[in-house]
Amino acid sequence: MDMNEIKEIFFQECEEQLAELESGLLKLNDGDRDPETVNAVFRAVHSIKGGAGAFGLDDLVSFAHVFETTLDCVRSNRLEPNQDVLKVMLKSADVLADLTNAARDGGSVDQARSRQLIKELEALANGELPQASAAEPAPKAAAPAPIAAPPVNEEGFQPVAFSFEDFEADEPALIEATCYEIVFRPKSELYAKGNDATLLLRDLSRLGEMSIHCDMDGMPPLDRMNPEAAYFSWKISLTTDKGEDAIRSVFEFAEWDCDLDIALAGGSAVDASEELPMQPVPFDLSLLDEAPAGSADEEEQIAIRDRDAAVSAAETASNVLQMAQSSARVPAEAQKNATAAASAAAQQAASAATPTIRVDLDRVDRLINLVGELVINQAMLSQSVIENDTNGTSSINMGLEELQQLTREIQDSVMAIRAQPVKPVFQRMSRIVREIADMTGKSVRLVTEGENTEVDKTVIDKLAEPLTHMIRNAVDHGLETPEKRLAAGKSAEGTVRLTAKHRSGRIVIELADDGAGINREKVRQKAIDNDLIAADANLSDEEIDNLIFHAGFSTADKISDISGRGVGMDVVKRSIQALGGRINISSKPGQGSVFTMSLPLTLAVLDGMVVTVANQTLVVPLTAIVETLQPEASAIHSFGATQRLISIRNSFCPLVDVGRILNFRATQANPVEGVALLVESEGGGQRALMVDAIQGQRQVVIKSLEANYTHVPGIAAATILGDGRVALILDVDAIVAASRGQSLKPEMSLAAAG
Amino acid sequence: MTYAAKNLTTGGRELIAFRVGDQEFCVNIMAVREIRGWTPATPMPHAPSYVLGVINLRGAVLPIVDLSARLGMKPAEPTVRHVIIVAQVKNQVVGLLVDAVSDILTVRDEEIQPTPDISSEFEKTFARGVLAIEGRMICLVELEAVFPHEEREAA
Repeated sequence: MDMNEIKEIFFQECEEQLAELESGLLKLNDGDRDPETVNAVFRAVHSIKGGAGAFGLDDLVSFAHVFETTLDCVRSNRLEPNQDVLKVMLKSADVLADLTNAARDGGSVDQARSRQLIKELEALANGELPQASAAEPAPKAAAPAPIAAPPVNEEGFQPVAFSFEDFEADEPALIEATCYEIVFRPKSELYAKGNDATLLLRDLSRLGEMSIHCDMDGMPPLDRMNPEAAYFSWKISLTTDKGEDAIRSVFEFAEWDCDLDIALAGGSAVDASEELPMQPVPFDLSLLDEAPAGSADEEEQIAIRDRDAAVSAAETASNVLQMAQSSARVPAEAQKNATAAASAAAQQAASAATPTIRVDLDRVDRLINLVGELVINQAMLSQSVIENDTNGTSSINMGLEELQQLTREIQDSVMAIRAQPVKPVFQRMSRIVREIADMTGKSVRLVTEGENTEVDKTVIDKLAEPLTHMIRNAVDHGLETPEKRLAAGKSAEGTVRLTAKHRSGRIVIELADDGAGINREKVRQKAIDNDLIAADANLSDEEIDNLIFHAGFSTADKISDISGRGVGMDVVKRSIQALGGRINISSKPGQGSVFTMSLPLTLAVLDGMVVTVANQTLVVPLTAIVETLQPEASAIHSFGATQRLISIRNSFCPLVDVGRILNFRATQANPVEGVALLVESEGGGQRALMVDAIQGQRQVVIKSLEANYTHVPGIAAATILGDGRVALILDVDAIVAASRGQSLKPEMSLAAAG
Repeated sequence: MTYAAKNLTTGGRELIAFRVGDQEFCVNIMAVREIRGWTPATPMPHAPSYVLGVINLRGAVLPIVDLSARLGMKPAEPTVRHVIIVAQVKNQVVGLLVDAVSDILTVRDEEIQPTPDISSEFEKTFARGVLAIEGRMICLVELEAVFPHEEREAA
C-alpha cells in the first residue's frame, strides 16, 4: 500500500467525519445539548486535524486547530452553542470541507473567507471566556465538588471540566519544571492500529527527565495469553517544563485507544508524593486481573470493564487527592478520569453499533451482474422444464419454485447492498441553502425529513446535481426577501422542506418552499416572448407551471450568479428522466411551490409488462401504466386523416400505435384486435398505447443497449427474457413525444441544438 | 503464447477467413472474441438495414450486423448454418453474420497485396488488401472501417 492509497483512505474518512460534523452541528442547531453530540463533533474535527497533520496538510491542520479550540470551549461548557455560534461553526465546517477537497484535488479555497472564519472562531474562543468565568461559579469553589460526588456523572463532570481550564491557566505560575505522574495503559486497539508503545515512550522521554516503571502484573500465564491483547501498563514520572499539553500531544494519535492519566506529583503535595505512586496500583491490578478472564475479542465487555475501571479510577483519584488536599490537582485528575470514562462509554456505544465493512463498488456491481445472470438463467431453466415436462407435477417443478424464490431473495439482498440512505445528499443541500441564503440576503431554514430513506447508490450519486439546481431555484426564485415576506404576513425566515419517502416501489423526493409560488402570468408572458407557446394558447395552470421545464426558460428579471441563465429546470428534468424518474410541480400563488420527484429505487431491475407488438416482445415499465383496457369498436373515433382517439369514460385520449411508431409495421393495426395501455406521460396528459397482446408481468434485469450499440430512440434499454432472447424496454415518454409529431430522435436534435 | 512468439519471429500475422455469399474475406484474429451459431435476433426499431437486431450473449446485449448487406451485397437470409463472429471493434463488441468460417491463415505482411485500384470508393474504405491463397482470393477487411464511429452514433 503506497502513500497515495493511505491518503485516499484518509480522504474517504474525512468525508465521513465531515458528514458526522455537519449532522452533529445541525443537531446542536436544533437545540440538542447532549454532551455526546458535542463530543462527536469535536472528535470529527480532531480526527481530521490528526490525519491532516500526518500528511503535512498545513492549511487543513491550522484551520482545524482553531476550529477544534473553539469546539473545545463548547465541550467544556465555556461557550454556549447558540444560533450565532453555530452559524459560524457551520460555515467553518463548510470551509473545512473545502480545504479537504482542495487538499485532495488540488485547487484553491477562498483564503479571505477562511481567514475571516478563523478570526470569528478565535473571537468566540477568547471573547466568551471572561464572560463565562463570571457567569459560572468560582473555580476554587467548584473544585471540591468531585470529592463530594466521586462517581462520574453528568453533574460531576461539568463543573470539573470548567475549573480545569482555570487550573491550567494557573499552572505556569506554580512551578517551572513540573513532575508529572503519568499512567499509560494501552488497549489492544492501540497496537491493532499500528501504534507502538515504545515509540510513544521514546517521544515522551524527549520532553524531559523521566523514569519508567512497567507494570507486568496483568500478564496471564502463557497458556491463557491472548497474543493480541494488551497486558502491560506503564507508570512514568516525568520532570518537564513543557506542561501537560506537551505530554498530551505525544499521545495525540493514541488517546482514544489507551487510558492515560496525567497527574501532578511533588510541588505543594509533598506529603502525598509518597502515597501517590502507590494509589494507582490497586486500580491497575483490578483492571488487569480482570482482563485475561474474559476473551479479549469481546469488545463490549472490555468497554464495560474499562468504564468501570475508569469510574474506580475516579474514585481512587479523589481519595488520593483528598489526602493530598491540593485543590488545584483535584480537577485535573478527575477530569482526566472523567474523560477516560466518557471515551470508554463512547467506545462502548460505538462497538454496540452495527459493524460495517468498506467494499469496492466494482465488486458489488460484479455481484449484482452475476445475480442478474442467475435470475435470467433460472427463468430460462424453468421455461425449458415446463416445455419438456409432460407429467406436470414432477419434483423438478417444486425444486424450481424454491429456486425461483431463492433467486428472488438473493437479488433483493444484493440490491440492498447498493441501497444507501439519501442522507449525504441531503446534508450537502443544507450547505447549498446556507450559501445561497447568504448570497441573496434571505433567511432560510432547510427542513429535511426521511433522510434515512434508502435508494440505489447510482440514483443517489445522480440526484445531487438536479437537487442542487432545484434548491438554488427554490431559494433564489421561490422564496421572497424577508421584507416582502413580512409584508405578506409570513415569518421573515423562509422554509425549504426536503422530504424523501418510499411510495409503491419508488422513492419520492419532495422539495417544498413557502415562497410566493409561480407567477403564472409572468411565466406565460415569458413563454410567449420566447416563442414556446402561441400568444393565444389556452393553457391550464398545470401546463403553465410545467413550462418552466422548457429549455431556455427563466423568469428571473436579472441574471444572477446563482440562477437565471435558463439552464436550470430543463436540465433538472432531463437528468431526472435519465434516471427513469418523473418530476412534477404544483404551485399555489402566495403559498409556495412543491416539486415532486419520483425515482426508481434501483437502476438494475424494473417491473415491467411484457407485451407483443408486431410479433416482437417488448417490455413496458409498469410504473408508466395507469390502466389497461380492451378497446371496443364503438370507442374508437377517427380524428383527421391519420389520428384516432379512444373514448375512456367520456374523455378522449389519443391512440398511439406502438408498432407503427417503432417502424415494426408499415400500416396501422386494427385497435379492436389489440390491447390499449393507458399511460401517463411527463407533460401531463394521457395516451393510449396500442399493443397486440399482453403476455404477462415480471421483473426484468435492465441491460444497457449503449454499451455495444447506441441509443435507440423510443427504447430505454434492453432485457433478457426467460427464453434467452433479448427484449426491448419501451421508453414511454419518447413514444408519447413522438406521437405528438416530434421526431423520435429528441436526444440528437437537442445535442445538435446545444 | 506460441502464436505471439511465431508472429514476432516471422513477422507474420494470423487471420480468420470466412465466406460471405460467394466471396471470401478475412479479419485479424486478435479482434475475434468467439464464433458461435446463429440465433434469432430481436429487431431494433429505426436501425440501419444491415443491423439485424440484438441477441443475448451470456447476459450482454450484442448487436448483429449482416456483413453481406453492410458490404453492399444482397442481404443474408440467416439459417442455422450461418455463423456469428463476435468481434471487438474499438471498445464495443459486435456480432458479424457470415455464411461460414473457412480457415485460419498465417500470413506475412509481404503476402498481402494492395487493394486493386478500382472505381468504387466503398470497397476501398474497408478493404486493406487482398491475399492469394491456394488459388483463392481473400479480401482483408478492416473492421474499424466497416463500423466507423460516426455512423454508429447516427445509427
